[in-house]
Amino acid sequence: MSSAAVIDYGMGNLHSIAKALQHAQPSTDVLIASDADTILHADRVVFPGVGAIRDCIAALHEKKLVEVIKQAANDKPFLGICLGMQALLTDSEENNHTDCLNLFAGHVVHFDKNLHDETGTALKIPHMGWNKVTQQSHPLWNNIAQDSRFYFVHSYYAVPENAQECIASSEYPDAFTCAIARDNIFAVQFHPEKSQHAGLQLLTNFLNWDGTN
Amino acid sequence: MALAKRIIPCLDVDNGRVVKGVKFVDIRDAGDPVEVARRYDREGADEITFLDITATHHDRDTIVHVVEQVAGEVFIPLTVGGGIRKLEDIRRMLNAGADKVGINSAAVFNPEFVRDAAEKFGSQCIVVAIDAKKVSAPDEADRWEIFTHGGRKPTGIDAIEWAIKMVDYGAGEILLTSMDRDGTREGFDLPLTRAISEAVAVPVIASGGVGNLEHLADGVIQGKADAVLAASIFHFAEYSVEHAKQHMQSRGIEVRL
Repeated sequence: MSSAAVIDYGMGNLHSIAKALQHAQPSTDVLIASDADTILHADRVVFPGVGAIRDCIAALHEKKLVEVIKQAANDKPFLGICLGMQALLTDSEENNHTDCLNLFAGHVVHFDKNLHDETGTALKIPHMGWNKVTQQSHPLWNNIAQDSRFYFVHSYYAVPENAQECIASSEYPDAFTCAIARDNIFAVQFHPEKSQHAGLQLLTNFLNWDGTN
Repeated sequence: MALAKRIIPCLDVDNGRVVKGVKFVDIRDAGDPVEVARRYDREGADEITFLDITATHHDRDTIVHVVEQVAGEVFIPLTVGGGIRKLEDIRRMLNAGADKVGINSAAVFNPEFVRDAAEKFGSQCIVVAIDAKKVSAPDEADRWEIFTHGGRKPTGIDAIEWAIKMVDYGAGEILLTSMDRDGTREGFDLPLTRAISEAVAVPVIASGGVGNLEHLADGVIQGKADAVLAASIFHFAEYSVEHAKQHMQSRGIEVRL
């Protein structure tokens, strides 16, 4: 039986993601894990997270998970979600600048405060709700229609330095990167576990992915 | 702009059964909440909100089981409101599979609770529910106040100032219910919705008074709401969520179909 470890470091609700993974593929052994052993022995790893980035990084250090995550991200299919995507960048401007894990060169920045739509209505922050995702070719988008909507809730977004690592974008109102990928790592800003059919399909694709393109 | 306006069916749950709105005298049974939630998910609901109106503390465990069951098979955001008074209540709901909780009277009695909750669980899961009622005289400029106890008790707090304060304390979203309109089927209080939506930077969900699909579109176009919530029009299959979305789209509103 293949296994997927969902990293538990005290940042937010892991039940949704665990339930969605289990639903996406009942034969997978879904483990909620905070210890290095379980994480490093799992066939694939999911790194979720909600909340503030400083607390996230601090919790990873405190639970001695930084090296574990780097190691997992080095050699097995790895899926970052929401804050679990942002944490992979070099740093974030949230909480007066926070150093992150630097697995992807680039920064995490806040949406501009004075955004308006084409009718002149002020756009709300956080960017919350279902938005269209424009994909670049990658096996994790298999069987997901181009421009499918996924559920987002965030105020910061990643800006990878290497444009080739941007594997999907969305608009609010300008285009921003909402998924990054390189080798065996794939990370998304939206919540696949809350994105109904498209989200479950992405999770199914991840659970069947060998980590290559 | 590609971000869709959301339609959120609301289930008023009393001791494990869906009932028609709180304000109706003859409470009609509208079925098993898990069944109803499944149907809304199939019809394309963008989120589902459960409002627990169970009177006794003892029977509140029922809602936890409902959320657990729904969260195991419905993969869209779930919000639970009603009876959220302590951090422990929030943790219980999140552990059951809820994504957000609605805090209503507890915020009025103790605003610091909202700050503590946002600090502990993140603003993204803290929805502050505001029950407002118009208090200005017909010849005065519009003014709304916060009411508690299902719209019976005035608090003297101005609704717009309160919304701004709650966002400042960490609310990630505002669920705004007009107590004048709730249960009337006359449509949202649009001036109230617009005033609150324009006063705060976070999304505002309009609630209270939906009687037909045009009301939903009005809430977005005139009320400037980011999401619209309705209960009774969906419960008895008078309209489906899909139907509602098609109507909103025909009015030029971006929806997820």
